[in-house]
Amino acid sequence: MRPSGNHPSASIDNWPSSDLIGSDRSGLPRAGEQGDVDAVLAVLQHVLDPEVPVVSVVELGIVRDIDWLDERLVVNVTPTYSGCPATEVIEQHILEALVAAGYADPLIQRRLSPAWTTDWLTDVGREKLRSYGIAPPVGSASKRSLTGQSDPVVPCPLCGSEATERVSEFGSTACKALYRCRDCLEPFDYFKCL
Amino acid sequence: MQNMAQKNIAQTTQTPLTDCLLRLGDNALVLGQRHAQLCGKAPALEEELALMNVGLDLFGQARNWLGYAAELMAAERATDKVDADQLAFRRDAQDFRNLLLVEQPNGDFADIIGRQFLFDAWHVHLLDGLAHSSDPRIAEVAAKSLKEATYHLRRSSEWVIRLGDGTEESHTRMQRALNNLWQFTGELLQADEIDQAMLAAGIAPDLQTVATRWKATVEEVLEEATLERPSYDAWMYTGGKVGHHTEHLGFLLAEMQYLPRAYPDATVW
Repeated sequence: MRPSGNHPSASIDNWPSSDLIGSDRSGLPRAGEQGDVDAVLAVLQHVLDPEVPVVSVVELGIVRDIDWLDERLVVNVTPTYSGCPATEVIEQHILEALVAAGYADPLIQRRLSPAWTTDWLTDVGREKLRSYGIAPPVGSASKRSLTGQSDPVVPCPLCGSEATERVSEFGSTACKALYRCRDCLEPFDYFKCL
Repeated sequence: MQNMAQKNIAQTTQTPLTDCLLRLGDNALVLGQRHAQLCGKAPALEEELALMNVGLDLFGQARNWLGYAAELMAAERATDKVDADQLAFRRDAQDFRNLLLVEQPNGDFADIIGRQFLFDAWHVHLLDGLAHSSDPRIAEVAAKSLKEATYHLRRSSEWVIRLGDGTEESHTRMQRALNNLWQFTGELLQADEIDQAMLAAGIAPDLQTVATRWKATVEEVLEEATLERPSYDAWMYTGGKVGHHTEHLGFLLAEMQYLPRAYPDATVW
């Protein structure tokens, strides 16, 4: 029995990006039973990025596809960066969460194409980043030119001032750059637009 | 016997596609390892983070390219004994296909930035072409890598400009690094039979096109950096693409490969 709808698979474009946590989980699929994408999403909504532990893998936009191969659940995940050391950890956490939720032997597949972009960060994810002290990406990655573009104005996530400056192209992880606020004088991470 | 078996990993793999993948993977791996050698030694904390993150991107790219190469090699030989780690840690210097440029020693910060800039300016245009490869696997790895390489080029360009158009000393050092590294740039732009085979198959772009774009990028940045561009007709060292390396690669591999070679059966480090 499925909680709602009858779509066996879904692309990210038509996924709900809000009220995932609150969705009805009573009809959660069990081993051998084809389930519903929303129920899987509800489970994945609790799997957090180990390096930014306030944003879920769904909000980060790295869960690209959910499908069933015969009776087996298949989740496609895309890495943020080629060398992101969290990739394996995230895949392991997704696997553990799904097994704990009763899915038998789910298959986690890594998918490179299309390459991840920060445009896939959900609005909820961006707000969570900001309240965690990390400035979310400014603007759209698809609209940037190859080189020579000027830096965007990155508002300080702590005081909101736009008087900020870039200290380094890279911050504590590959996906972030290091900024400084000239008003409140605090340094902060900026989640780079990619 | 084991040594012979290990050597065969690369020696019998001369299909043009595998060689092309080894070149891509080895460039990323060797330059990534140069970055890893700087861990704890960068001139400032911010640069430490930047160098390590660039290196990490390159290692990730190396894994994607070498992983594909290993799959092709395993299929050719009907074995499952070849993987990306084996290619990284069990080949000798003459089996590596990286450019001479990326194996050059770290030297001072101008050497590090100069090497990175000359490579990035080429890498970006090459990956841009590979992203339209007739081989879908290559196209997707290239599209992913291109995003990272673009960011790398932005950083290395900014540093070349800052150092070149900086103090008298930074200018002198940046110019010296450029003059020294220039002799290794010839093989970036010259197509050999493997490059030509890849072009004919629609797998890789025309190196002539990459060369034209590389020159435009280099000229633009060097001009802004008030640096003098060495001559394109200067004498050039070549050979990295076919396994003839400078002495520096052997030392780098000895350090990088020591652990997996000393404990070949270990599964957890």
